Amino acid sequence: MAEIELKKVEKQFGDFHAVKPLDLKINDGEFIVLLGPSGCGKTTTLRMISGLETVSGGDILLDERKITWLHPSERDIAFVFQLYALYPHLSVRQNIAFPLQAEGESRDLINKRVDEVVDVLRIRHLLNARPGKLSGGDQQRVALARALVRRPKAFLMDEPLGALDADFRESMRAEIKQLHIDQHATTVYVTHDQIEAMAMGDRIVVMSEAVLQQAGSPEEVYYKPANLFVANFIGSPGMNLINGKISEGKVVMPGIDNRYTIPNDWLDPLHEDLNGSTDLIIGFRPECAHLSTEGDLVGTVYAVDLHGAYTMLHINMNEHDIVHIREDRMVKHALGENVRFNLDKDMVRYFNPKTENAIYRREVVQ
Amino acid sequence: MSDVELRKITKEFPRVKALDDVSFDVKDGEFFVLLGPTGAGKTTTLRVIAGLTKQEEGSVIFDGDPVDELTPADRDVAFVFQQYSLYPTMSVYDNLAFPLRSPMRNLDEAEIKRMVEQAAEILRISPLLERKCAHLSGGEMQRVSLGRALVREPRIYLMDEPLSNLDAKLREALRVELQHIQKTQASTTLFVTHDQIEALTMADRIAVLDRGRIIQIGTPDDIYDRPATTFVAQLVGTPRINLVKAGRENGRLSVKDSSLHISLPRGWDPPSEFLLGIRPEDIKPDNEGEFEGVLTLLEPLGVETILHLTSGEQTLLSLIPGMTSFKIGETIKFNITQERLYCFNTDGNSLLC
Amino acid sequence: MSNFREDGPGYPVTEATRVDKVSPESRILGKMRALIVAIIAIVMLIPVFVMIMTSFKARSDIVSVPPTVVFKPSLEGFVFLFTERAVVAKARQADFKAAAETGELNIIERVAFEAGQEVTGPSDYVTRLKNSLIIAGLSTIFSVSLGLFAAYAFSRFDVLGKDDLLFFILSTRMLPAVVVTIPLFLMFRQLNLNDTHIGMVLLYTVFNLSLATWLLKGFIDEIPIEYEEAALVDGYSRWQTFHKIVLPQAVTGIAATTVFCLIFAWNEYAFALMLTSENARTAPPSIATMLGRGGIEWSAIAAGSLGFLIPVVIVVFALRNYLLRGVTFGAVRK
Repeated sequence: MAEIELKKVEKQFGDFHAVKPLDLKINDGEFIVLLGPSGCGKTTTLRMISGLETVSGGDILLDERKITWLHPSERDIAFVFQLYALYPHLSVRQNIAFPLQAEGESRDLINKRVDEVVDVLRIRHLLNARPGKLSGGDQQRVALARALVRRPKAFLMDEPLGALDADFRESMRAEIKQLHIDQHATTVYVTHDQIEAMAMGDRIVVMSEAVLQQAGSPEEVYYKPANLFVANFIGSPGMNLINGKISEGKVVMPGIDNRYTIPNDWLDPLHEDLNGSTDLIIGFRPECAHLSTEGDLVGTVYAVDLHGAYTMLHINMNEHDIVHIREDRMVKHALGENVRFNLDKDMVRYFNPKTENAIYRREVVQ
Repeated sequence: MSDVELRKITKEFPRVKALDDVSFDVKDGEFFVLLGPTGAGKTTTLRVIAGLTKQEEGSVIFDGDPVDELTPADRDVAFVFQQYSLYPTMSVYDNLAFPLRSPMRNLDEAEIKRMVEQAAEILRISPLLERKCAHLSGGEMQRVSLGRALVREPRIYLMDEPLSNLDAKLREALRVELQHIQKTQASTTLFVTHDQIEALTMADRIAVLDRGRIIQIGTPDDIYDRPATTFVAQLVGTPRINLVKAGRENGRLSVKDSSLHISLPRGWDPPSEFLLGIRPEDIKPDNEGEFEGVLTLLEPLGVETILHLTSGEQTLLSLIPGMTSFKIGETIKFNITQERLYCFNTDGNSLLC
Repeated sequence: MSNFREDGPGYPVTEATRVDKVSPESRILGKMRALIVAIIAIVMLIPVFVMIMTSFKARSDIVSVPPTVVFKPSLEGFVFLFTERAVVAKARQADFKAAAETGELNIIERVAFEAGQEVTGPSDYVTRLKNSLIIAGLSTIFSVSLGLFAAYAFSRFDVLGKDDLLFFILSTRMLPAVVVTIPLFLMFRQLNLNDTHIGMVLLYTVFNLSLATWLLKGFIDEIPIEYEEAALVDGYSRWQTFHKIVLPQAVTGIAATTVFCLIFAWNEYAFALMLTSENARTAPPSIATMLGRGGIEWSAIAAGSLGFLIPVVIVVFALRNYLLRGVTFGAVRK
């Protein structure tokens, strides 16, 4: 069992608040991803869990036991670094055996464990090599093996794929996830890449500027972002967010006469939340907008991106807002062309510009 | 702006041939991308064009005239480095003005001010002009780097992976902007990257480079739809193209180590052993599907989902739109779009069908 | 008793530090370590303290056994250091005594008289110090400047036989100075450089050049080459990029190198002893040869050493921040 709980964990460096009081419960066997831009506090949080960084306040519990002040080596948690941290003067076998030797395990046990682990990660053929001669991906596998060999209660990974080339990252991502499915060990994974987070996480904890923004499954953070930050950060590109005013059941957007008709069941929740104000932010993902000659909304083509399997159109709605629409790659558009499009009503989200939070309507209970 | 041609460039370093008979041309106003993995020779190519590195053989030609004897300064190119391109102790204004203050140009301060402000406007960094560079965010720093190049109005822009060191989100935002700037300014740009998304989305044409050799040159469509080798096919497209060993059996294609048998597409005449390429978006789950496999891994990306389908020893990746309710361990039926199959020689070196 | 493992250090930790480093054991260990370091430092500095004390002691205090720690300070050492004296003839002693009582003698003359001597003129100590300043100063400036250019060339250009040349430069430092003094003496004599300032400056410059080149190359290697290449592409000449971009970034390296070269040239003894006599003699040999002038004048030697120490201490203190960086340069590559 390896349940990790963070209770009001915070970290300050002098006056700077790196992590504001954070509450988080990580379930046994869960692959949880701490996601956010540089400087949001995700790595500091991970380091506090490992003991490499002290907390300024709060407590960390592992299986309901307080580990906040235990020595990093006493926590039974393995840490995988972004830059592998392999010992260049030792062979791969010696690197992997190192943590067990440090704990004083018997030679038989060490050999047995190393054997198991190299098969899981398919690096048996590299046992006698020096880390310096290996490719980035292989080095990362050795680093993972070294963490795995200890059979710890939990794994902490600090952007382990960051140093790899783009295509390597894809295959290593699947490997790590597959490893997790097989080993079923609690894993806390830090990354700034939301594609990685979505692909790998059972739950994603989105952080920004030292504060937890939302903790939820990939589906939740994608379709029900809690605020503007999450809506924009998740998704590549992020959700289109347009400032507008609510008037007579429509959202009026600046620029060429663009009005979006709000579905009836949203009208009451919106008015309630906005509390008299008429400013509103409307959000929709690129795949939820569809070009149509009879579309309600209009704009001009600003840029066209070919992504292989699909095309991303960047549409200028007015001088401030560029909207991204995902389209079939077979259709061609010219720069400056006027286009019309519609939005998928079920997928449109609304946000309060003052609080930056999402506005929810009461879900109809089936 | 100029057009640039490389003719049979070879560059050797003590233990490695960095560039081997490299030739291509960049047309005036074109956004040309050099794509390849780390160590392919992309940066070396840029440096040869700029004159920072001297080639052993071959010639660099601008608008029809060879420039091999000219110094970097005389070639009038702008170079955007991957990192360390800003002078940290100077303000943003001074960084942008630095290229213009070089003794080669006799510009007075008023003219320099006008050009700096114009570039700052285009890159939307006008409010940052008085700041010291050390106090900028990563994205802002990279904009200033681009500004230093923009301010010069050179014959060609040479960009060496300028977005690689940025966070994923920043990279996206700057990519769109860069593309827009390039199109509206019609500037000849040679852009180097290992990220195929950057290449596909920004390029007018792409040259794929591997270990010093040009493998294929073409538009993004060409590279994606008609890859010349397995290397190119695997380089572009996320997720990666499925590449499996296959053979001919009873007039059908059979995938090795699996139970998949695909009817021979029209006009195909592959050898008895070859490599079959299937793009993930061409594998479509379907209740009435012809084939089946076990779902071993699921990667939900929100806008689409990657399914890992295993049949025998082979695992194929399938890309489907939106989220899915499939569960790991389920057996999934699927179809394969026949018209979009690829077939390569077993040495990966040529597209046969 | 608070339990660290349960409750932690008892205050919010606001530095970047590992958990085990804020435990009470760790902090006590840290304090102990600091204490030991302080003790070792003091022990190391005892000779310096003794030297300073000796320079203020009267002769009787210096030679007493056991050595006195509390004593009446005297300026005898300094007076002996800065003046030439002669023993006062018995005949004139009475005159002197009278003059002393009426306050006609200045403090220097009085101190000399207390030891039974009269002042005949200034000693060459100040001249020697001046020589040291000139020779060490000039040679440092030259070796650092030339070393800077050499280091830049080795770092940035494809010099033919670069590795061999660098090793050769380094190897010149492997020779103990004493081994080459005889050949150098003969060479100097041939060129009439014996006992000249120019000769010594030349010698020290050449000897320091290897150290300067190696140190500065390390610093210049650390400056990203992209800065210069960007400037080159923008139209600046090599010299301008060197001057506008490399130099400002190399300042810490130059300061550190200057300190090392200065210390070497300042303290240099063997060459100074063998290759100079009257004209260009520097301080180190002359302080030592103060022996044998009517007995060993310990206080004068101590005072002379103190005077010799001070300029270097001032320079090193002023540049101490750069020194720290210089000691660890190139150690960690990002």
